[in-house]
Amino acid sequence: MVPTSYFILLSGVLFTLGVLGVLVRRNALVVFMSIELMLNSANLALVTFAQARQSLGGQILVFFVITVAAAEVAVGLALLVAIFGTKRTTDIDEISSLKG
Amino acid sequence: MELVVFIISAVVAIIGAVAMLLSKNAIHSALFLLLNLAAIAVLYLLLRAPFLFAIQLIVYAGAIIVLFLFVVMLLGAERAEDERDLIAWQRPVALAMGLLLLAETIYIVFARPAAALATVNSGAEDFGAPLKIGEALFSTYLLPFELTSVILLAAIVGVIVLHKRERPAA
Repeated sequence: MVPTSYFILLSGVLFTLGVLGVLVRRNALVVFMSIELMLNSANLALVTFAQARQSLGGQILVFFVITVAAAEVAVGLALLVAIFGTKRTTDIDEISSLKG
Repeated sequence: MELVVFIISAVVAIIGAVAMLLSKNAIHSALFLLLNLAAIAVLYLLLRAPFLFAIQLIVYAGAIIVLFLFVVMLLGAERAEDERDLIAWQRPVALAMGLLLLAETIYIVFARPAAALATVNSGAEDFGAPLKIGEALFSTYLLPFELTSVILLAAIVGVIVLHKRERPAA
């Protein structure tokens, strides 16, 4: 029997690691992976609460989150490939054309 | 026994996440993310969510990681990013803010009264069985389920438009 709070704590730790990845890393692909990490930690919290409250809604929501994440990754990686076609880099510090 | 499984999976998940952040090579990052996703899938099993366990392995560990690996190899982005910083104070501030967020999470989890720390896995044995998920998905949640197909269609069209070659005007 594992207390709910342990799962929530793990979810929080993983989310923090994802935030750190987005803030610290400059390879756009790794930033993307960190976003996936954050989505996963949120999913873990949702499944935990669904189990704790014995409500199926949480698990259904995770199903939808995974679907949206798949679509998001496909479009995001296509954007990255398109940017790489013109800039020849995936370093997000060098993609600053919109900077004033 | 379940606590042992939880601790092992949690440690593997955290090690995978940290190693993903520290890897210089983007391919190693993707593989460590795979480790992390697999550990989370085991936790889903522990939470009596076998359907999500399968979906996690098929969609995340299967499709999304393969997509990442393809793009990393396509762009040749696996080389290390150079270490010079355009914004010198960014990393220290990011680390401080991350630690603050972590401390906040830990405080909130442990500041709750003991009643909120109900143990999981105390409910019905077949809770979260694929049969029940399917029934709910195709009755109560039918409209959102259909809407996801629109999202996926939009993603497909978007990817095609992004990579459509401009034909020179004849």
